Amino acid sequence: MVAIPLLDISDLTVEFGTRRGIVRAVEKVDFTVAKGETVGIVGESGSGKSVTSYAVMRILDRAGRIADGSITFSGIDIRSADEAYMRDLRGREISMIFQNPRAALNPIRKVGRQLEDVLLRHVQAVPSNAKEKAIDLLNQVRISRPEERYHAYPFELSGGMCQRIVFALALACRPQLLIADEPTTGLDATTQKAVMDLVVELTRARGMSTILITHDLGLAAAYCDKVIVMERGKVVETAPSGSIFKDPQHPYTRKLMRATPRPGITLRDLLPATDEEPPASSVVVMDGKPLLSVRDLVKEYPRQGAGATLASLFGKKAADAAPFRAVGGISFDVMRGESVGLVGESGCGKSTTSMMIMRLLDPTSGSIQFNGVDIGGLAAKSFAAHPMRPKIQMVFQDPTDSLNPRYTAARAISDPILRMGGGQSAAQVRARCEELARLVGLPGDLLDRFPHQLSGGQKARVGIARAIALDPDLVVLDEPTAALDVSVQAIVLNLLQELKERLSMSYLFVSHDLHVVHLLCDRVIVMRNGAIVEQGSADRVLSHPEHEYTRELLAAVPTPPV
Amino acid sequence: MSASTIPDAAAPAGSQRLAPIKSLFSHARYIVGDNPVTGLSFGLFMLFLVCALIGPYLVPHDPLASDTMAALQRPSLRHLFGTDQLGRDIFSRVIVATRLDMTIAISSVALVFVLGGLAGIAAGFYGGWTDRIVGRIGDTIMAFPLFVLAMGIVAALGNTVTNIVIATAIINFPLYARLARAEANVRREAGFVQAARLTGNSDARILLTQIMPNILPIMMVQMSLTMGYAILNAAGLSFIGLGVRPPTPEWGIMVAEGSAFIVSGEWWIALFPGLTLMLAVFCFNLLGDGLRDIVDPLRRT
Amino acid sequence: MTSIPSLIGVVIVSFLLTRVLPGDTATYFAGPAATPKALEEVRKQLGLDKPLPEQFLRYVADLTHGDLGNSLTTGQTVVGDITSRLPASAELTLIGLLLALLIAVPLGILAAVRQGSWIDHLCRVVATAGVSLPVFFTGLLLVYVFYFLLGWSPAPLGRLDIFFSEPPRITGFLLVDSIIARDWEVLRAALSQLILPALTLAVFSLAPIARITRASMLTALSSDFVRTARASGLKPITVTMTYAFRNAMLPVITTLGMVFSFLLGANVLVEKVFAWPGIGSYAVEALIASDFAPVQGFVLAMAILYVILNLAIDLLYGVIDPRVRVTT
Repeated sequence: MVAIPLLDISDLTVEFGTRRGIVRAVEKVDFTVAKGETVGIVGESGSGKSVTSYAVMRILDRAGRIADGSITFSGIDIRSADEAYMRDLRGREISMIFQNPRAALNPIRKVGRQLEDVLLRHVQAVPSNAKEKAIDLLNQVRISRPEERYHAYPFELSGGMCQRIVFALALACRPQLLIADEPTTGLDATTQKAVMDLVVELTRARGMSTILITHDLGLAAAYCDKVIVMERGKVVETAPSGSIFKDPQHPYTRKLMRATPRPGITLRDLLPATDEEPPASSVVVMDGKPLLSVRDLVKEYPRQGAGATLASLFGKKAADAAPFRAVGGISFDVMRGESVGLVGESGCGKSTTSMMIMRLLDPTSGSIQFNGVDIGGLAAKSFAAHPMRPKIQMVFQDPTDSLNPRYTAARAISDPILRMGGGQSAAQVRARCEELARLVGLPGDLLDRFPHQLSGGQKARVGIARAIALDPDLVVLDEPTAALDVSVQAIVLNLLQELKERLSMSYLFVSHDLHVVHLLCDRVIVMRNGAIVEQGSADRVLSHPEHEYTRELLAAVPTPPV
Repeated sequence: MSASTIPDAAAPAGSQRLAPIKSLFSHARYIVGDNPVTGLSFGLFMLFLVCALIGPYLVPHDPLASDTMAALQRPSLRHLFGTDQLGRDIFSRVIVATRLDMTIAISSVALVFVLGGLAGIAAGFYGGWTDRIVGRIGDTIMAFPLFVLAMGIVAALGNTVTNIVIATAIINFPLYARLARAEANVRREAGFVQAARLTGNSDARILLTQIMPNILPIMMVQMSLTMGYAILNAAGLSFIGLGVRPPTPEWGIMVAEGSAFIVSGEWWIALFPGLTLMLAVFCFNLLGDGLRDIVDPLRRT
Repeated sequence: MTSIPSLIGVVIVSFLLTRVLPGDTATYFAGPAATPKALEEVRKQLGLDKPLPEQFLRYVADLTHGDLGNSLTTGQTVVGDITSRLPASAELTLIGLLLALLIAVPLGILAAVRQGSWIDHLCRVVATAGVSLPVFFTGLLLVYVFYFLLGWSPAPLGRLDIFFSEPPRITGFLLVDSIIARDWEVLRAALSQLILPALTLAVFSLAPIARITRASMLTALSSDFVRTARASGLKPITVTMTYAFRNAMLPVITTLGMVFSFLLGANVLVEKVFAWPGIGSYAVEALIASDFAPVQGFVLAMAILYVILNLAIDLLYGVIDPRVRVTT
């Protein structure tokens, strides 16, 4: 390798002044990036991986400062360089792309003009040829019809397209180093793959170095030469990506690796290895009768027309264009004791479907048979008092949002018992609460805390305890781990599996993550544009997908090479 | 990883306080410690409250007794704030006026808090027709310059203090209704409200136990902030001769009486009631800002 | 489009204020000494014996003809009075707003850019103190200091000292008319009369503008797209103005509607303090004389003016924000 690295960080320490005093976000971090190398920084939330990259760019928040160490970029001491010099460096020598691409673009400036701003600033263009160069950049990041898109505003473009524009901004001045901070988080798997492939192709072609910051080990493994694992502000392991996955040295790396869902493993494999034998899983009784039977379920929304103000004043419906079909006549069953995964990318109708089954949303047409009773025809409003209500429960996507900030954990868990559990004494309710807390592994002393005093994993447990409080037959899990770090996700997934067996429930698991679905579910339903494209046993669908779209989805998900 | 570069310093630690009251209290203490102005404004508020409650029994002179021999006297030890053109003691009049001004402000704000709050919450939670009607009423009121509308209402309804209260409540209605609507609307689809639906809560119960308690603090802040505006509004109306009539002591009308003497240099007649009025409004605004910091630390500016 | 329902609402409320509320219009028009028979006569004459919807139609018809009744005190039509006095109010309000914008917007921007500095603290003090000052009280203080103590400004008695004659009326705006007439003496005199009341209005409307400018600048500065702009090495001035401020202007423009509402109300009080011959003092004089037609005409005129201002604000918003253009 080249003797002098492009970027050399040694003993970097970054501190933030907060209400509770000084917090060290990054502590004694050392690593180098060689010319043309792609380095991945991997870690869970709060590991300091983003802060490290902001320190390289010197764009830390007002409260943050580089307290110690040095950053050398091609011979320049970044820490002591003056601000005007740093501004010349940013965008020209080092550039950055961010997560949430739509927010990263000025919402009221044409994307072409934003490209020109950067080109003109770094004298890569003069006003007379700026437009031409901007369109050329759009071409390079494979945006079709670039002359038209030059005039587009960010809100008129898709998330993937916005990320390409942000990427074009970063490439505009042919910098030597690109920092990509969670560039694909929040994008669908297929979009993610397209964006990442483009990034790799264009940076390689230009001989650029890249730092890829991500929480996703699979992504790091698929695209990086070298991987740096961070935990709580410190680097715990640095190794070539070829070896780090085969032979992780640090216990944290091993834990992270294990917790990452991947093909060919069981749920149990996600957790750290222990000596004790996993509890023998009881044989699931499937009596062949469907618990839930959905037939020709349709949900349509009226389209918002123009001139709605006047129309709404007089209560008139806007001129009826063809309504938007969120769910277009789908049918499936969930057997007793079975876990069914409902998979698809954003906007495929999976959440709408789950809301209708939960009877929080009224279907336009079709039937929902639950335990032999057609509950689809009952109005969502009146279903609150229906005897079937306790039998279908739900675990929500965002554990924070799903807990009333003014209720303690105990109050949240006991809410269903108080409402629908029949008249029980306060002591009985409390006892049941504690029993549920034990079931979900929530320490009893946390029961009297408020949501903001609990961690993400603990909040998820409270949400699960609430859902199973009345011994439901069916629990709908709406991306229950999407907001959690992988190590917490591993624990929660195992808990869900264990509870299912112990309480003989059925799950309808809504997710975008095929690997997670594979781990937890017996059967998988793949949805796209409101329709089911494929369904079958999880093993079959994920190892031998029949539909083209399923194959595409599977190919898009990066997996660590274990 | 969040977009912010601030590390997650608020992560729950093991030694969390358990009681909510205690935690709120310590947070309040932090705010006051950080911002003594809030503490000061609270003290000032108590002072105004005391004046309103027992002021009339404390003042050295009869606020209505005129003494032409002692007219237009500068501030002195005998007359702290001087005397007006009829020889009335301005200090006594300013103190006594506190009760009337506070009563107008508090009753109009309480009225609009209940009406606007309820209408807004219903609009935000139920949507549809309720929302449309409440929104339309609010929009119509907002289509007027508010003080001008208040003038029109008082002129039409009749020139009384009660009508000042009603007019002030009406012009504040959209503010409360919109705030309550927005807050109720974002919570309508919140996960915890959905969860409450799943556990068999009726709509009314959800409104009462899930939505209201979460909106109340924000509404209280709004109340404190509009108190100042209500006082200004009432004083403005009486300044142009609406509502309160002379010789009743009221800050706005006292400034109006003093305004004629400003050009001839008798500054104290208008200055003291004006300063007191300003102080009262200032106090409520600071208090509102402080309360907002306590209730909603995220919105601190 | 949104201004049409507002306008309908305004007309309905104005009608309600004149007819439905307590206080018998006929008794008022017939005078206190009227006999029941004369009262009946007046009622018929005014159309008050007709059902409400019909009365409303008649009211709207009168409005479209520009008929708001007559003022008992001036003997003129209310519409005539208002149109002749409107320029005085408009000139005062606009200059006041202009002053406020010129001070408050830069102050808000600087406070946000240098968060925590003395200018930020100044901005906070101005914002809190400004909204706490009763506008009539500010006016009196200014008069006391600048007229009585310092003697820098003329007596607070109207738009122009009586020694000067008004320039030929073209726009009704004294400043504009005197410039057209190239009468610099009058221009100076008019300006010296205008400066204190305009300053009073400016102090009043400064606070909300500074506050919202600061707050929305802070939001914009901490947004992702400003971070992108910084990471691209754009100059601070480009980042602050082209990226942050253009976006921060959107809430400021929305607030401007509210500020106008305050200003038009404050205008009434300021006109009373400075004996300004605008429509505000016209309404106040009528109010004191229990002459209700001008008051009602004034309320309606102000409301219509305000609806038009809001329409202008909506249009301005659309010019800056492309997202609005698409949906409307």
